[in-house]
Amino acid sequence: MADLVCDNCGSTEAVVHLTQIVNNQMSTHRLCEKCAAEKGLESAPEPVNFPLTDFLAQMGKDTMSGLDATDESCSFCGLTFADFRETGRLGCPHCYETYGPHLKKLLRRVHGGTQHVGKIYLPPDPTSSELEQRLDGLRRKLGRAVESEDFERAAELRDEIRALEPA
Amino acid sequence: MTDFTVLPDHGLSWLEASGDHADIVLSTRVRLARNLQGHAFGPRARVNDREAVLKRFKDSAAQAPSLAGGTLIELPGVALRTRRILLERRLVTRDLLGDDETGPARGTAVHLSGHQPLTVMVNEEDHLRVQSLLSGLRIEEAWRLVDRLDEELGQEMPFAYHQEFGFLTSCPTNVGSGMRASVFMHLPGLVLTKEIGKVLQGLGQVGLTFRGLYGEGSEVVGNFFQVSNQTTLGKTEEDLVDHLDKVVRQVIQYELQARQVLLRDARGVTEDKIWRAYGLLRFARSLSFEELMNLLSGVRLGLSLKLLPGLRVYTLNKMMIFTQPAHLEEAAGRDLPPTESDAHRAAFVRRILAAEGEVSPDDAASDEGEPSDGS
Repeated sequence: MADLVCDNCGSTEAVVHLTQIVNNQMSTHRLCEKCAAEKGLESAPEPVNFPLTDFLAQMGKDTMSGLDATDESCSFCGLTFADFRETGRLGCPHCYETYGPHLKKLLRRVHGGTQHVGKIYLPPDPTSSELEQRLDGLRRKLGRAVESEDFERAAELRDEIRALEPA
Repeated sequence: MTDFTVLPDHGLSWLEASGDHADIVLSTRVRLARNLQGHAFGPRARVNDREAVLKRFKDSAAQAPSLAGGTLIELPGVALRTRRILLERRLVTRDLLGDDETGPARGTAVHLSGHQPLTVMVNEEDHLRVQSLLSGLRIEEAWRLVDRLDEELGQEMPFAYHQEFGFLTSCPTNVGSGMRASVFMHLPGLVLTKEIGKVLQGLGQVGLTFRGLYGEGSEVVGNFFQVSNQTTLGKTEEDLVDHLDKVVRQVIQYELQARQVLLRDARGVTEDKIWRAYGLLRFARSLSFEELMNLLSGVRLGLSLKLLPGLRVYTLNKMMIFTQPAHLEEAAGRDLPPTESDAHRAAFVRRILAAEGEVSPDDAASDEGEPSDGS
């Protein structure tokens, strides 16, 4: 009979089984019709997006609270550190400069490091050093493609490198 | 009404059930978050920021071969039902649409590509969300497509990029590659054999995260799970793609094993579950979306196990999309209250199943069904 007891109100008419994933844990609740309706299960589900809860749930509750407070605000967009702690969102690219040292701590906790090793971006009118960095990145990729015997990809990368290399 | 007919399969090519393991992996998505230099990110962007971003994107998109022949839909001018249809087709996010009352913010738009399964959301949380959405398990291919488009756009508009942190994003959980690769999996075998908990726990330990049908905290409906990379900084995009691909293939193997266990130890119960699901779908007069999803899960399993011959994965995929509320309203040509919606849903499902022809248990032994056990 245990299956029939509503987890919410204890009535013995649980008819809905609600399975949820919160914080990477799956849990199942049994609910009676009334409680299920209160939880909105009767209406058609619509995609929901709670980015901040998502962020906090994934990272653990202490992710943000462990950060040092600072009175600074971003000179470009005016975001204060308190704003960031509240929303989990930065205001503009410049915020990454303003809050760099504080962010590094957070990034280490979230991603395990702070150094980007993926795609190296080549802006529309690149400086010679940006070009050089891009070429380094492509050469690294080429090395990996050859190593994994992905010759089709290697040929593509070789063409890309040739096109960028100063004549 | 926005004209969807310019799109391949009306923007639904990801339903076509092609690609590896299409019965288990419904679709693969890879998205990149990108922002322009010199403008505040989505949540803090002012109207003039958003309009400048949109204009810059329009100019750049015109130069991008990957986007040739596509349509840019500026959302503020779009009717509510059409916006909900875009959402139900997973071409936009709820964030981009704003709430139903106030509607989408000025400058929000979505570019739907003409000949590639590529979409770009403009002025969402990040200025651009560039994504590819493919049928089946095709992570590498999805990454290549999106990578090429990213190169094309990045040549035209200056992205916010930092030597150490990589591509800068509104939320620090996306910074670095800005990439989220995810696959949408149907895992009834693991759920029924109660092995799913272990598998999900294992995913967490190897840097992947999983969600229910509609994201974190949402319900697990119809035994569908989304699996994606958790971190975006400190690994190359190719490594993230490889890793996800390997792990997903492993999960598929576990799922196939679980299905064999079901057939071996509980064949009678499993067959009964599948045929009951089919029977309800075939004859019910009212179906909620949740009930439909759970029944479709049973039928999908039956099809994979070749216990239900004569049905196609594509048909089941299509049912999931066209039975959502806004799609039903579009077909009916008017708003539908929930009870009517449930009746329309059941009628739609009956019609589709009838059109597929009678499915008889007596044919189950023969092997004429779509070979789709994913091996």
